Amino acid sequence: MNAVRKLSCAVILVVCALSLGAGWLAPSGYAKQFRETPNAPPSRQHLLGTDEVGRDRFARVLYGTRISLVLAPAAAVVSTALAVLVGGLPGYLGGAWLRLARGFTDLFLSLPWLFLLITVRALLPLNVSPVVSVLITFLILGILGWAASARVLSTSAASLRSSDFVLQARASGVHGPRLFLVHVLPNLKPVLYAQFWISIPVFILSEANLGILGLGVAEPLPSWGGLLRELEGLISFREEPWKLAPLLLLIVVMTSFQMLLSGEEVTA
Amino acid sequence: MTGRRVIRQIIFCVLLSCGLSFAQSGGELRFCLRSEPKTFDPLLVDDDSSLSIRYLTGGVLIRANRHTQELEPELAESWKLSKDGKTITFKLRRGVVFSDGTPFSAEDVAFTMQRLMDPALHSSTGDAFRSGSGMVTTKTIAPDEISIIFPAPLAGLERLFDQVAIMSAHSAKKEAAVLGPFMVAEYKAGSSVQLRRNPNYWRKDSQGRPLPYLDSIRLDIQPNRDVEMLRFKRGELDLINAIDSDYFERLAASSPGIAHDAGPSLDSDFMWFNQVANAPLPEYKRAWFRSTNFRLAISEAINRDDLSRVVFNGHAQPAAGPVSPTNKLWFNSKLRAEPYRPDLALKRLESDGFYQRDGALFDRGGNLVEFSIVTNASSKPRERMSVMVQEDLGKLGIKVNVVTLDFPSLIERISQKFNYEAAMLGFRNVDLDPNGQMNIWLSSAEDHAWNPLQKAPETAWEAEMDRLMRAQASAADPKKRKEAFDRVQEIVAEQAPMIYLVNPNALSAISSAVEGANPGILSPQTFWNAERLTLKSAARASR
Repeated sequence: MNAVRKLSCAVILVVCALSLGAGWLAPSGYAKQFRETPNAPPSRQHLLGTDEVGRDRFARVLYGTRISLVLAPAAAVVSTALAVLVGGLPGYLGGAWLRLARGFTDLFLSLPWLFLLITVRALLPLNVSPVVSVLITFLILGILGWAASARVLSTSAASLRSSDFVLQARASGVHGPRLFLVHVLPNLKPVLYAQFWISIPVFILSEANLGILGLGVAEPLPSWGGLLRELEGLISFREEPWKLAPLLLLIVVMTSFQMLLSGEEVTA
Repeated sequence: MTGRRVIRQIIFCVLLSCGLSFAQSGGELRFCLRSEPKTFDPLLVDDDSSLSIRYLTGGVLIRANRHTQELEPELAESWKLSKDGKTITFKLRRGVVFSDGTPFSAEDVAFTMQRLMDPALHSSTGDAFRSGSGMVTTKTIAPDEISIIFPAPLAGLERLFDQVAIMSAHSAKKEAAVLGPFMVAEYKAGSSVQLRRNPNYWRKDSQGRPLPYLDSIRLDIQPNRDVEMLRFKRGELDLINAIDSDYFERLAASSPGIAHDAGPSLDSDFMWFNQVANAPLPEYKRAWFRSTNFRLAISEAINRDDLSRVVFNGHAQPAAGPVSPTNKLWFNSKLRAEPYRPDLALKRLESDGFYQRDGALFDRGGNLVEFSIVTNASSKPRERMSVMVQEDLGKLGIKVNVVTLDFPSLIERISQKFNYEAAMLGFRNVDLDPNGQMNIWLSSAEDHAWNPLQKAPETAWEAEMDRLMRAQASAADPKKRKEAFDRVQEIVAEQAPMIYLVNPNALSAISSAVEGANPGILSPQTFWNAERLTLKSAARASR
């Protein structure tokens, strides 16, 4: 592991640790409204000031980080699993299965995903708690975000199908699911990992996009997307630089993920 | 002092005074339209941008003064309404000509009314004039006198003429021939509309100088408010007609004197519960929403002062009802905004069988009191208000889920599928007259938000509101109309079908280069007296 990857790993670990310690570091919580001091600048009581309705911004950043960092990998697991089913398996099967799967994947890739997300979000039941809403949001992201990974996996699985070790396994009588699970899937691991890592920042940014449109995680739960909405209409950064904290954190974490990822790709 | 020196000083003073008196004329005023104007036909105007252009270019018979709210003669020197309220007779101003030089007469008024009332035109301005069955006819008494006859009396008739820009019956230029202070000189789709001074405008100032003072107005089409504000701060724009409270605060902090707060506007933000009989709701929830006590308790448990102070930075007033207190003609002065009384709200709920357990509120059937409030994702103030209402009601043990939806999805839920529990929206009111609210208060109306399109009123108080709204619409006596509409406002306060939250203030920004501006609460807030606006010499020189 080179120094850059080590640093990236350390940054992600520190951010994760901080978000897990949110209850201790920011005891006021993310929802309490200090209505006498809305839009307050940083102070000893509120390290990053307060938001428009007087909630502690530091607490919201920490809790929002927890939500985005826990649920984005979870969504990435869902989408990678779907990518294996829709991309990897037909790639291994080849023939009509592969053509059908690629056609379906191409069709899915051509959909305007943001509008699709907005439509699916609007169809959901209204009376769900914020926790359920955040789970649903990331689940939707996971369910809709498999197509690009599936394309990569189908190509990789198709190339493995005609590889020497697969032919050898076939010759020795291994067929069907056993051949896929024991010989093909383990060899797809590096690609799977890479797709998993790629998906995490993509989902974080997708949630941020939904949040900027006001369609992300339900209030009062914070998320990075929701926190970035505060930057709408911010004309001068010099006046309230502390409002940039969620954006900086997002940039740092995304960059760290990318650094880690580039190392993974090299390994793969 | 020598005689020559005295003469020199006199000449200097004369030149200076001439310079001062003419210095204010000329220059180009610049501001933004938030969207592309959909039409330049004054009779088809239905959107804000076209409305602004119509206001600046159209000549009307009667103008509602945006500052005093009183009606003032414009192209009509005087007018008279018949006792039965069906006929209005105008005495027209003489010697007026259109921007292209064609003379203005009663014939043009007749032509405009005929075109306006043509059903094939589908004019929303014309719809406001429809009363009873039958045709609207005109009778030209003289070249400067005309009567317009309606099939049935129309309440608030005179005020409706503020929206009717008179068109020329004879000009080949059609709608390009105008009677207002400016005329459209150039339109670049997606970019700008250039208005030029109408050289034939009839009005003169108190010193007999022709109006308008400005040479031109440039209207840039700019939907992005952030860009608009940046351009204003850079001095590229002279005014912003409506800004939100966040921008206002920043402007007021950096450049005091250019941010203007004209006080509570006619707009209001409110919430309501779904009372539609066949809405997909559990029966127990429908029972809550249909209970007056429940709705009143919710109203009492919301801290409106906090909403005004926190969400609008103090630039809003707690709302007392459907009419803003600044609507001097129609506000029921007996009404007050509901004060924050959570204890009273809880008692009211308890009297209906609700009870608290472990910090949560339950109804008499043991159902947890939980509902969602839907609002539009594009409105930050409403999102913030929803979050504050969520916390206020949480103190009573009521669980509120805030759901923000894109606008088309929201409208579909609240007006077609009725698949929602509570909604929060706003009403942008441009009409002082209660006739503009018929579509809200009649139980059969489409916009009767809480329970629209009723075949017959489902409650006694809705039947009473129907009766009162119809009575005020057909009464010619302004006093009787006011009495009827006052009672409608009282019923809204007593029954709380709509829980009014705040009346946001009319906030605008006017550059220090502009002189003569007097921002008000009625649209267009900043340029209602555009013909009298001037630019300082430095600003004129730079354009």
